[in-house]
Amino acid sequence: MSVPLLKIDQLAKSFKGLRAVDGVSIEVPEGKIYALIGPNGAGKTTIFNMIAGVFAPTEGQVLFGGQDITGLRPDQVCQAGIGRTFQVVKPFNDLSVLDNVLVGALRKTPHVDEAREAASTILKQLGLDGKSQQMATNLTLPERKRLEVARALATGPQLLLLDEVMAGLRPTETDEMVTFFRNLNKETGITILLIEHVMRAVMALSERVYVVNYGQLLSQGTPDEVVNDQAVLDCYLGEDAF
Amino acid sequence: MTWDTIANIMIGGVLTGLVYALMALGLSVIFGVIKVVNFAHGEMMALAMYAAFVIFSTYGLDPLLATPIIAGGLFLIGYIMQRALVAPFVTRPEHEQFILLLAVAILLVNGLLLIFGPDAQSVMVEYGFDSFEVGPLILDKVKVYAAAASIAVALSLLLFFKYTRTGKAIRACSDNLRGAQVVGLNIKNLYALTFGLGAACVGAAGCLLSMLVDITPMLAPELTLLAFIIVIIGGLGSLSGALLGGVLIGASEALAGLLITPSMKSLFSFGLLILVLAIRPQGLLGKRSS
Amino acid sequence: MERIFGGVPKRALGLLGLMIASLIIAPAIVNAYVLSVILITLYFAYVGQAWNLMMGYAGQLSLGHTLYVGLGAYTSAALFVHFGISPLIGLFVGMAIAVAAGALIGSMAFRFGIGGVYFALLTIAFAEFTRILFEHFDWVGAMGGFFLPVENRDSSDFLNLRGGPVMFYYVILFLCFAALGVNQWLLRSRLGYYWMAIREDQEAAQAVGINTFRYKMIAVMISAAMTALGGVFIAFYYNNLFPADAFGMHRSIELILAPIIGGMGTLFGPILGAFILTPLGEGLTILMESMGVKAAGVKQLFYGVILLVIIRFVPGGVWPLISKKLGIDKRMKGKSE
Repeated sequence: MSVPLLKIDQLAKSFKGLRAVDGVSIEVPEGKIYALIGPNGAGKTTIFNMIAGVFAPTEGQVLFGGQDITGLRPDQVCQAGIGRTFQVVKPFNDLSVLDNVLVGALRKTPHVDEAREAASTILKQLGLDGKSQQMATNLTLPERKRLEVARALATGPQLLLLDEVMAGLRPTETDEMVTFFRNLNKETGITILLIEHVMRAVMALSERVYVVNYGQLLSQGTPDEVVNDQAVLDCYLGEDAF
Repeated sequence: MTWDTIANIMIGGVLTGLVYALMALGLSVIFGVIKVVNFAHGEMMALAMYAAFVIFSTYGLDPLLATPIIAGGLFLIGYIMQRALVAPFVTRPEHEQFILLLAVAILLVNGLLLIFGPDAQSVMVEYGFDSFEVGPLILDKVKVYAAAASIAVALSLLLFFKYTRTGKAIRACSDNLRGAQVVGLNIKNLYALTFGLGAACVGAAGCLLSMLVDITPMLAPELTLLAFIIVIIGGLGSLSGALLGGVLIGASEALAGLLITPSMKSLFSFGLLILVLAIRPQGLLGKRSS
Repeated sequence: MERIFGGVPKRALGLLGLMIASLIIAPAIVNAYVLSVILITLYFAYVGQAWNLMMGYAGQLSLGHTLYVGLGAYTSAALFVHFGISPLIGLFVGMAIAVAAGALIGSMAFRFGIGGVYFALLTIAFAEFTRILFEHFDWVGAMGGFFLPVENRDSSDFLNLRGGPVMFYYVILFLCFAALGVNQWLLRSRLGYYWMAIREDQEAAQAVGINTFRYKMIAVMISAAMTALGGVFIAFYYNNLFPADAFGMHRSIELILAPIIGGMGTLFGPILGAFILTPLGEGLTILMESMGVKAAGVKQLFYGVILLVIIRFVPGGVWPLISKKLGIDKRMKGKSE
């Protein structure tokens, strides 16, 4: 039996006594696309941040390719092979779109020229090549979301953590993104864990879904299983009723 | 050196420290609400000191009595400064705010230099050499009065924030700007009021300090740094921290002057600042921002 | 060379060449006073570039940069006066000490995540701390100042940096444009891109694998070394050093004016800023003197006004405006548009 690429084990995080994440365990095998869903404030982004090294978990472990990466700094996590996007996009505003991605590509090569080439290729894949000389600050929100993905991809990750990259996109744009990630996964074998509210994208992309609520794992299974789980429906309905 | 002397010097330091505390309180109020660091703070203080000097030498008015006038004047200056100059910078990057106020500081200090020249001036009130004797302790009258007045001003400011409508509104801006906007508070006006209040504090402090030290334009940047040291030690944005920091710095400077040489006393403050920044960057009473 | 000049538009190179050429022949044309003004302009252009690396590119606001000037100056001067060590050797010691000081400040600040205002204040605190120390440091004259022997200024002894103004002029001219080349080269390397990423967003920079601590440290250390070299120059040019002048906060402020006015985060900004500011300041002084006004502070007052106007209305500095007019490619600078 092979080791899952990402395995988080009994991960917990407390902020000033408040338990934002409480003993969550997730496994993502290599080459798969999995999703992490749940109502707002359920602790999804906190889980991402613990994987990505933004803060260390209070308890539990993060294993990547069998290696313990718990408590590493974000840059070390990236160097280990995990790329991430931010829910609230963080482009390098005063750099051109191309340079934004170039900075990411410099993880794989110290040579700026090679990084620039790699960056152009990725921008083309994401349909941003027409904008490459613009300042990132001039992009529209959907474009910035794509830039976020491009920059993370440029670091050449084995695992991509996507934090709500489809939020705010129009349905056709969402479908484009879904197609993009599916092809990417097929062609490069990249593993993806996504946080997503757009269920259309979750259903289309992910093989398996984890549902968190109140910092705990509420349910897991295939997308179909999960959307038919009464507990999951309740937690979303509860949120809507609020 | 007897214990009496040490105690006298320390108490003198604490009394001066209370005036420093009032100055730092002004800085902390401005930062706490507007999130702009007033880099021209010491320069505004020097302005107030010269105002006290002019009023004293022209009309013979005791700085203690001139305090409300000068605090009022500085309030106006602060209010206008926020409205006309600082307001558009509230949302700009931190370093631009800093440079803006640096420019204001340069203008103020060199303006004072141009008008009053580099030589030291002093305000010598009649009771300048009088003192209170409390048991073995000898307390300079001016220091006691200045400290008492500082406490009075600081207390009234704290009461203002606690109990008045406007004070509460200002605190609301500081705690939750978005919320304050949503409930319809006039942020622009409240910010200007806050800057005015901070300036009034430093105005009162400058007026009172004019009785204790000689006035030169070159004092201004030193006072700016001192104010920063105090608020950073106490915790930027924490009002009680500013008071504690002021007393601490006043006492430690006095002690350092006693133990080493007076010219090295600020070495002590800078050392303390570096230590606090290294060990507890949020200050003694500040909250961690993350 | 490709790394330095490649991609720079011909027009820009032409203008730069013209500028350097006229500066090279300047000593043959202008009088001693004008030359001394250009010399000090070049000095501010040089140290401004050093500061700009740290603030303009890596985004770390240092307001105590004169610390490095002072350390470079005092170290090389003391080695020369006390041990007869040539400043050409002393400068390495001076730079090393400045780098160590920068590393100390950086490691304290960056390790504990002190940024922005706190970092600026920490740098001021260190500079002031050092000033007070030097005011009590008898080995280098304490408050009374430290003096280099002034010998015959007609002959040039480059090895000991003893000579007339023309020699010093060429030294600083070389330093200024060497710094431009070095900066251009650094900024086109991975280092430069990483600095700009850190300036724009530290969290995002970390997420793409940048060890922000390390690259900020490198920025401080390079900037400190470059600045210290300026200090060596100034010590041997003026021949006297006073703690209040070497480490005083007004010096730090003077040092950052040119890059702010010219344009932070642009390669040519500090040079342009120095060439705007210093001659204007000098011109004003002459004007005041000719009118018989002897007033300290007028020049600074004027600097204050310029600073205020620039930061209020053109916070990006003058260079971005001019480079657009000249039609010089935006690649010349870090940020554009």
